[in-house]
Amino acid sequence: MTSPIPILDIIVFLPAGGAVACLLLPRLARYLALVASVAELGFAFYMMVAFEPGQAGFQFVTRQSWIGNFGISWNLGVDGISLFLVAMTALLFPIAMFGPPIRGDQRSFMAWMLLLEAACMGTFLALDLFVFFVMFEITLVPGYFIIVGWGGARRSYAAMKFFIYTFAGSAFFFVAMLALVLLAAPFNGGHVTFDLITLARDAGHLSHTAQVLVFAGFAVAFAVKTPLVPFHSWLPDTYTEAPTSGSMVLAGILFKLGAYGFVRLCIFLLPRGAADLGPLLLTLAAVGIAYGALVTIMQKDLKRLVAYASIVDVAFIVLGFFAFSSQGVTGGVMEMVNHGLITGALFFLVGMVWERRGTLRFSELGGIQKSAPVLAAVFLAVILAAVGLPGLNGFVGEFLVLVGTFSTHAHWWAVVGATAVVTGAIYLFWAYQRVFQGPVRIAANTVRDITWRELGLLAPLLAGIVFLGVYPAPFLDRVTPSVAYLLHHVEAQAPNADVPRGSLDVKYAIPASQNVDLRASATSALARPGGGDKPEAAAGGGR
Amino acid sequence: MNATYAIVAFPLAGSILLLFGGRLIRQPFSGWLATFAAFASFGASVYVWASMLGRPASDRHADLGLFRWMPVADLHVNFGLYADQLSILWCLFSTGVGALITLYSIGYMKGDPGFSRFFFYLNLFLFSMVVLVLADNFLFTFLGWEGVGYCSYGLIGFWFDRDSAAVAAKKAFVTNRIGDFGFMIALFFMFEHFRSFNFSAVLFPLTAHHAVLAGTTATAIFLLLFLGAVGKSAQIPLYMWLPDAMEGPTPVSALIHAATMVTAGVYLVARAAPILHFSPDSQWIVASVGAGTAFLAATIACKQDDIKKVLAYSTISQIGYMMLAEGSGDYPAGIFHTVMHAFFKGLLFLAAGSVIHALHDEQDMKRMGGLFRYLRVTGVCFLFGFLALAAIPPFDGFWSKDQVLAAAWHKSPALWALGVAAAGLTAYYMSRQFMLVFTGQARWRDQAAEHGAAGHAAVGGSAAGHDALEPHEPPLTMLVPIVVLAFASLFGWLLNAPFGGLDFISRWLAPVFPATIAPAVHVATGTKWVIGAVAAGMAFLGLFFGLGAWRGGVVDRPALEPAFLEHGWYIDESIAVAVSGPLATAANAASFAVDAGWVDGLINGVARAAAQTGRQLRRLQTGYLRNYALGIGLGAAAILFYMTMRAGG
Repeated sequence: MTSPIPILDIIVFLPAGGAVACLLLPRLARYLALVASVAELGFAFYMMVAFEPGQAGFQFVTRQSWIGNFGISWNLGVDGISLFLVAMTALLFPIAMFGPPIRGDQRSFMAWMLLLEAACMGTFLALDLFVFFVMFEITLVPGYFIIVGWGGARRSYAAMKFFIYTFAGSAFFFVAMLALVLLAAPFNGGHVTFDLITLARDAGHLSHTAQVLVFAGFAVAFAVKTPLVPFHSWLPDTYTEAPTSGSMVLAGILFKLGAYGFVRLCIFLLPRGAADLGPLLLTLAAVGIAYGALVTIMQKDLKRLVAYASIVDVAFIVLGFFAFSSQGVTGGVMEMVNHGLITGALFFLVGMVWERRGTLRFSELGGIQKSAPVLAAVFLAVILAAVGLPGLNGFVGEFLVLVGTFSTHAHWWAVVGATAVVTGAIYLFWAYQRVFQGPVRIAANTVRDITWRELGLLAPLLAGIVFLGVYPAPFLDRVTPSVAYLLHHVEAQAPNADVPRGSLDVKYAIPASQNVDLRASATSALARPGGGDKPEAAAGGGR
Repeated sequence: MNATYAIVAFPLAGSILLLFGGRLIRQPFSGWLATFAAFASFGASVYVWASMLGRPASDRHADLGLFRWMPVADLHVNFGLYADQLSILWCLFSTGVGALITLYSIGYMKGDPGFSRFFFYLNLFLFSMVVLVLADNFLFTFLGWEGVGYCSYGLIGFWFDRDSAAVAAKKAFVTNRIGDFGFMIALFFMFEHFRSFNFSAVLFPLTAHHAVLAGTTATAIFLLLFLGAVGKSAQIPLYMWLPDAMEGPTPVSALIHAATMVTAGVYLVARAAPILHFSPDSQWIVASVGAGTAFLAATIACKQDDIKKVLAYSTISQIGYMMLAEGSGDYPAGIFHTVMHAFFKGLLFLAAGSVIHALHDEQDMKRMGGLFRYLRVTGVCFLFGFLALAAIPPFDGFWSKDQVLAAAWHKSPALWALGVAAAGLTAYYMSRQFMLVFTGQARWRDQAAEHGAAGHAAVGGSAAGHDALEPHEPPLTMLVPIVVLAFASLFGWLLNAPFGGLDFISRWLAPVFPATIAPAVHVATGTKWVIGAVAAGMAFLGLFFGLGAWRGGVVDRPALEPAFLEHGWYIDESIAVAVSGPLATAANAASFAVDAGWVDGLINGVARAAAQTGRQLRRLQTGYLRNYALGIGLGAAAILFYMTMRAGG
């Protein structure tokens, strides 16, 4: 709950400090970056261990007034939903930074990566809407420069497209944010505040239309960032042109920010808007799964295929969130982590193939398994996780999402979603066959097997893939309370969301200062500006 | 009963050791390790079975928990094992036949560079299979189910550098996945209705008649589960992957066809019997699919030249019989046939492997012939397997198929007639196979001579003389499993003979299928005699016709080998044309026309339009596309802002 050190501040500022250090001491950049990212991983691990399960609220909360006049404060906290995203970020960054070879300027590359890590951490941990927005936008800058500086042949086009596209989406975010805080101010005694918890309490008083419109504004920004079909067309170019390290963190983490925004802002702040527009988003997600699979099947380049496959995966996340059932939302959170591990590993492996063969076109590849059996075996293991083989992590997330979607809404969303079981197998196994199997057609197809160093760097990801597939219970035990609390809030504010009874059947504790349930504290919530963090055993649902 | 854990643990430990240590363990030892694990698992199964025998019939089951898997709110899924008469019976023959096949593989795979990888997959395959039958809930069953599918992928595509093997492996996996799609949706329905996947919550209240299930719910859940079973057990319409699966090494075919994988669908239907009971429509569908598959596959098997493909189609056909029995409500008969089939089909594949081994990877029956002289032991054993499959009394197949046909008669004379016709065809195509392989001229000599000449030319005068090319019996590791299974094919029927109180399997399974969910299939004794006589008559008819038509070294009989049978009624080709054609077109259109043209084009178009507008207005002549695009985004956002504020005020 609390820790003797300001752990979350450290997690955000440590990489940022590392970035500055890299710029100041260019000779030591690689070592500094290594120390910073590994130390970051250590702190994230400490946070995960110290995190108390069974608590629905935010833990390790820090609050510091920042721009007081506008009600903006430096306000961080971590709950079950963001906990594992932070851990996954801390794990994936060092692997991406030191796994694939980097050509060119090491110093600035390391600095940009560390800055990106800091911004991602800031977004996941922000409890203040403004801090969230700033961090969310900052990620664009290192993202842009990593693509432009170290990317493939069409990097300028890809980077520009990525930047404009997501920035245009952010414009909606910005105005929706301003509209929300201004409209909500009267319910907070006229004080403008960006505090998420206060906003979540007050937003329920807004007119129905306003809630829906603000939700729509947020949703556009996150739909672009996630991305949801039909806002996805920047994604294949970006992922394909980015350098291997860049693709790993862009696909693995950066675009979880959009999905995370859906759950942390859209649903938490505006449950009524979420309930009204949920069916639309579910439909977009289902369309994304079917359409994305169809498009993926026809790709002729391995990296582009993996990029397109991401569209299908992220659609699962959104499908789970807007099912408004415990299984669905928890599955969505798990899919975020799964996709980070799986896609991170996949892009790393694709990079290895690229390093060895200098091409990723299927027509020029084949037979690699003969000379690189271990590389092939690892690639196959990751693909199996991606197609959702039970016993690996992909299945748990996918199954929870689908079962959660099926039991709450019309069956068709889940049925369409489940087609990915077949289509995913088609395109991923086809890709595996074309790259690794078949006869060795050209002598150049004889490649070096995976090195111990590469294998060692992949090992944590593989371990995560297996562990979360076989024994996800510790993960789920920490996520479920926060999800149940969120759904309680949704159910209170938007009866038409149709939250299933069973989904609320979770025992959890929530500090009174964080409780946004208007039924429980309708009067006191308006008067209380924030307050301390004394845990109160406000029992959860099930009643 | 705690030994149940060991049934699962041994093959798992074996596969983990081989996964990480496969490169360190030298060639024959990895095979022996896997064989030990498989036999240990079989030993544990026997031990559990023996300890069950010591208990009263009503107390022969145990729920053994492991640990939590997916606890989310009201969803509680655990890893847990459930040992009862049904699952232990399955374990006994799966691990028993599986262990013999593993032993056989040591000889068969000798010298293959992927030796350890092969045994890793064999152990993992066995592990998945015992998980499938021992799981105490449907989701854990699904884990084994998918694991079996994955291992078959790895084994069918074992010789990955052959394009045909890689394609066949992928086809098997994808086809299975179509069935798994149905399985998953069945699971969703199940959770919606029962809020659980546990047998104890879903099935047992139905068995004990504490609960009833609405017909529509039962039909929905069962038919979706059955779609999974159809995929795994290669029934109409998802059978095409199985003949292609012959691309794998022969022991794999034996494992997939006899002991594991394809019988999984039969197990699932038997396990879900309480649900099936509440859906008469589904019973008809199961029985009809079974009878139809039994007949269709038997016709195709009549004109296959590949020694393994004949057996592959015969497997599809025999699984059809099992489904026919289950759909007709006589589960013990279907399971009896499954066990007998495991014996004689395992035997036939291993003996066929021995033939292929002796002829240096020749699989075309038209290039065999006259092998009986050289492979006496294999030949006699193959003969036993052939007579058992052809249902000639007193071999295994006769007794089990007789019970299946009696159940079919009880269900509908039409289904029975299909089954009887298929029985005649079975005897015919098996005698054709036996005659082509073991009698007549030694047609392989020409090939061998060519082969030898080519070898000489390539190696430059190797010592491979005529003697080395003479077919000879395989090593003992391969011969022993064949002989053991031959004895099983001869005497296995005593496990469930319809006289003298020998109906062990029926009595053993009775508590699993009480009258509440499986009303007795009653056929009058006189009728039974007639049915048995007709079945035997058909078998002999097919046998003698086959022996007569293919005697004297005949190799081609165009009248009996129409092209449409060689192509399997053109079903596979038609599906390929009908499905992949439009699907490929749609995917192509989606990825290139729609995605690149419309979706991406629209975005770029918006940006371009903005640039155009800007140029015409000649206001902001920065000329950069991004400014205009940004302008559009900001403008739209401003409109949203205005609307929101109005709505809020």
